[in-house]
Amino acid sequence: MAMTLRDAINKLLGRQSPSASTARQRLQLVLAHDRSDLNPELLHQMRLEILEVVSRYVELDFEEGDVSLATEDRVTALVANLPIKRARDIPLPATPAQA
Amino acid sequence: MSAQTRYILICSGKGGVGKTTLTANLGIALAKQGVKTAVLDADFGLRNLDLLLGLENRIVYTAQDVLSESCRLEQALVKHKQEPNLALLPAGNPRMLEWLKPDDMKRITALLADLFDVVLIDCPAGIEDGFKNAVAAAQEAIVVTTPEVSAVRDADRVIGLLNSEGIKPIQLVLNRVRPKMMASQEMLGVSDVTDILALPLLGLVVEDEQVIVSTNRGEPLTLNGSASPAALAYHNVARRLQGEDIPLIDPSKERQGFRAKLSRLMNTKIF
Repeated sequence: MAMTLRDAINKLLGRQSPSASTARQRLQLVLAHDRSDLNPELLHQMRLEILEVVSRYVELDFEEGDVSLATEDRVTALVANLPIKRARDIPLPATPAQA
Repeated sequence: MSAQTRYILICSGKGGVGKTTLTANLGIALAKQGVKTAVLDADFGLRNLDLLLGLENRIVYTAQDVLSESCRLEQALVKHKQEPNLALLPAGNPRMLEWLKPDDMKRITALLADLFDVVLIDCPAGIEDGFKNAVAAAQEAIVVTTPEVSAVRDADRVIGLLNSEGIKPIQLVLNRVRPKMMASQEMLGVSDVTDILALPLLGLVVEDEQVIVSTNRGEPLTLNGSASPAALAYHNVARRLQGEDIPLIDPSKERQGFRAKLSRLMNTKIF
């Protein structure tokens, strides 16, 4: 997130940051949802399922993780940021050649 | 002439951002350049284009009468007295909304092809049937928005719909800009809006009290050689629309003096 000198001074003085940056962030979020036309409930369900699948392989830090929509140049992307605590010790599936 | 007639939709999604004001001023400005221009009020529910142009008392027939063949097109067109290159095709009765279809709009606009170089279609707010009818008659579009979250969000919805209808080019007019608020970061900046909507900028219009005065009189600002900032902005939009290369100046970065310099320093990105 870009920060201007004005933002830095405001932060130091404990003042609210100018409203334009808040407007920008709120718009970007709401437009990502508008453009994807994804139902919030479905998005939530998808988020849980993605976490479940990934958790089978690695131990995730659920406090920090986030699966969200982002948008740039009218293209919407699903962005997952999932900090890994440690890999799980899973044996590789046996392939027919080894059997 | 018919092959080159440009059909330009002026739309915004949200109401009250300045669609009709832009249509009226742009129509006059184009007419002054010698471009034969028709403005079509496609807002059948809440028509106002006649009022902004000062033509409300001269309407005899409307688009509805043309469609039902109770008058000829020439009888319904209201020619502007001071700018004879401009004519208004008034919207019909609000009850038209019950039966009007996109094909009817196409029929009306096709009739205008022989008489005009440019047809500006003033779109109703919203994205329902009235919008769909207006889009059916258009080839290109100007999206009007203000630097406010609700207007930008609605503009984005409209741009999505225009894209799926194959309308292009789609250009942006940013209206009601307050340079001071932009400079102090209390209003979305010009690049914020153009980045988010990903559209080329056709014009920047600063908030200008003269717009209200001109609306009161029914004389668009572009009519009488006003030198107010909004009047100049509307003239520039008309010239850019005709292919002239006129630089766009961000009014929030144009201000001079110590305070403006300080403000710019405060807005430089430090990381």
